[in-house]
Amino acid sequence: MKLDVKMNTADENLIHLNEISKHYEMGSTLVRALDGISVKIQRGDWVSFIGSSGSGKSTFLNILGCLDRPTRGEYFLNGVYVEELGPNQLAEIRNREIGFIFQSFNLLPRATALGNVMQPLVYRRIGHRRRREMAREALDRVGLGDRMDHLPNQLSGGQRQRVAIARALVTEPSILLADEPTGNLDSRTSADIMQLFDQLHSEGQTLILVTHEEDVAGLGDRVIELLDGKIIRDRRAGEPLH
Amino acid sequence: MFHVILESTRSALISILAHGLRSFLTTLGIVIGVASVVAVISLTQGMSAFIGESFSSLGSNSLTIQSYTPISEAMRGVRARLTPEDLELIERRAEGVASITPILYASRSSQVRHAAQTTFSQIMGTTYAYRDVAQAWVHSGRFIAESDNLTRRRVTVIGEKVRDDLGLPENPVNEYVELGGEWFKIIGLLEAKGDVMGFDQDDIVLVPYSTMRSLVGNQSQIDIQIQLSLSEQAAVDDVTRQLTALLRNAHNLEPDEDDDFRINTAEQLMETFDTIINMVTLVIGGIVSISLLVGGIGIMNIMLVSVTERTREIGICKAIGAKRHHILAQFLIEAMLLSLLGGLIGLALGYGLGTAISSSIDSFPPASIPLWAIALALGFSGFVGVLFGILPAAKAANLDPIDALRYE
Ligand SMILES: Nc1ncnc2c1ncn2[C@@H]1O[C@H](COP(=O)(O)OP(=O)(O)OP(=O)(O)O)[C@@H](O)[C@H]1O
Ligand SMILES: [Mg+2]
Repeated sequence: MKLDVKMNTADENLIHLNEISKHYEMGSTLVRALDGISVKIQRGDWVSFIGSSGSGKSTFLNILGCLDRPTRGEYFLNGVYVEELGPNQLAEIRNREIGFIFQSFNLLPRATALGNVMQPLVYRRIGHRRRREMAREALDRVGLGDRMDHLPNQLSGGQRQRVAIARALVTEPSILLADEPTGNLDSRTSADIMQLFDQLHSEGQTLILVTHEEDVAGLGDRVIELLDGKIIRDRRAGEPLH
Repeated sequence: MFHVILESTRSALISILAHGLRSFLTTLGIVIGVASVVAVISLTQGMSAFIGESFSSLGSNSLTIQSYTPISEAMRGVRARLTPEDLELIERRAEGVASITPILYASRSSQVRHAAQTTFSQIMGTTYAYRDVAQAWVHSGRFIAESDNLTRRRVTVIGEKVRDDLGLPENPVNEYVELGGEWFKIIGLLEAKGDVMGFDQDDIVLVPYSTMRSLVGNQSQIDIQIQLSLSEQAAVDDVTRQLTALLRNAHNLEPDEDDDFRINTAEQLMETFDTIINMVTLVIGGIVSISLLVGGIGIMNIMLVSVTERTREIGICKAIGAKRHHILAQFLIEAMLLSLLGGLIGLALGYGLGTAISSSIDSFPPASIPLWAIALALGFSGFVGVLFGILPAAKAANLDPIDALRYE
């Protein structure tokens, strides 16, 4: 990626956050959705962020995914100082470096499974045929090779989430970001999806997951607990809670 | 760039088709606008092509001279005239004239009678030269000859309409008709010419000029028309200038006085009609452009609605890497395609309308639509789409990704 921006090439971390805050002014009150978060994440890590509702998990993930900008703080992604990038450069980063998986799937309703997975490649200079090929591969990888021509509303929740994961994977991003990916799924389907994540992780994919379920969080290498926009605990998975 | 356009066109088509009825209703303003332009243009174009043909049948290199009394003169009781002396003068002095003929219109009733049938027609006294000047060929019988004029024969050549109106036989030669109380023998039937701008060229009765003169009472009041055709090498402008000088001199006009006659060419007449038609086209074009404007606003409105509806989708696209120009192109192209679609439907509809109108009115020329009008209609509707698509497209492109994603 050629970006004319401030770089910190000495930084070995894939993600380096320094005192990130996100404040919302709601009338006279100030909501501190994030309040001075500093964290480093290495390549190949699987990190789970856990916290109760309203603790700032989604806000945090949106900033990591370059969908949102922090009010204050520094964010280095792959050594690139993200805060200085313009909208189009951020779009480029979202397209190349980040795969986003949402709780509500966020598929394009009028496009087929295949079309949805091809869509991120549309924003690159990749020909139609090659796009198809890549999207097929990605769908095969998530076990949906036989549902390519279905529209989102012709798929089950678990299948939709698989399409969303395939869409996130097809660009071969540096990081997969998932915001409560199993939040809308039953426990069996959730287990399948988590198994898929586990497989991706074993293939070397960096994963950042947001959840409020302890057993989902426990599947990663590292669990970071948030409360009221602050990190209250950063532990290895499997470590006892208290 | 081509890549972006291709992809945007693909998704624009999908979204236009997804809302088939809404897309159609949206574009109705454009449909109506373009349909009316195309209908008007196809009609007027057919008309002017037709007029061109008609006038060449009048004799393209012929001139008509007639007296002209300005209103101010007429108020003083003065009437300009063109006299047989003027004719003689031109015959003697003018250069570049191939043939020349006087035309004397019947001053009183132009009633024509045969047996119990009566009709009114254009009765003209003229000479054998009229045939060449006016390209009037006989279908059967013969034309007026020089000897008919010398001996003031009571003979006549009639057009088909007169024959039909009077219930004369298919070949009316040697039948008799009554003109202004005198009996005339029919010696010829003219070839049918059809009509030019509502004037039936076949509703005509020709008699020898001298015969007509003897029938017209007061010789000193005679006002004739002179029709002449030019020899091949003569230029219309030169001859016109020459004739003007001759006649001004003969009529003793001072340099500051206006001509008391008019010299008309068939071409001039045609140009006049063309001017009128162009004006009509322009006026209607103006009215129509207002309807295109309204159509454009309709498109803008629905595109704004569409942007709002699809805010989440836009957010998704941005989240997976769409840049501003991707979103911009998609909505702009969608607006343009929508408008262009309206233009195409309007084009077909307008042409159909023009054809229907022209074929339902007798003697109306067939509708014809020139290529430039097609290009104009489509170009203009595409332009309207882009123009009114800019605002909604920019609105979509400028959405903040996180706000768009959160939009419920
Ligand atoms: N656009 C906004 N305007 C104002 N306040 C906001 C906005 N977005 C988030 N907040 C506030 O920031 C805080 C954190 O929100 P966030 O969505 O990050 O929580 P979360 O941890 O993802 O919760 P959940 O588990 O319910 O999804 C909440 O108190 C919320 O009200
Ligand atoms: Mg959340």
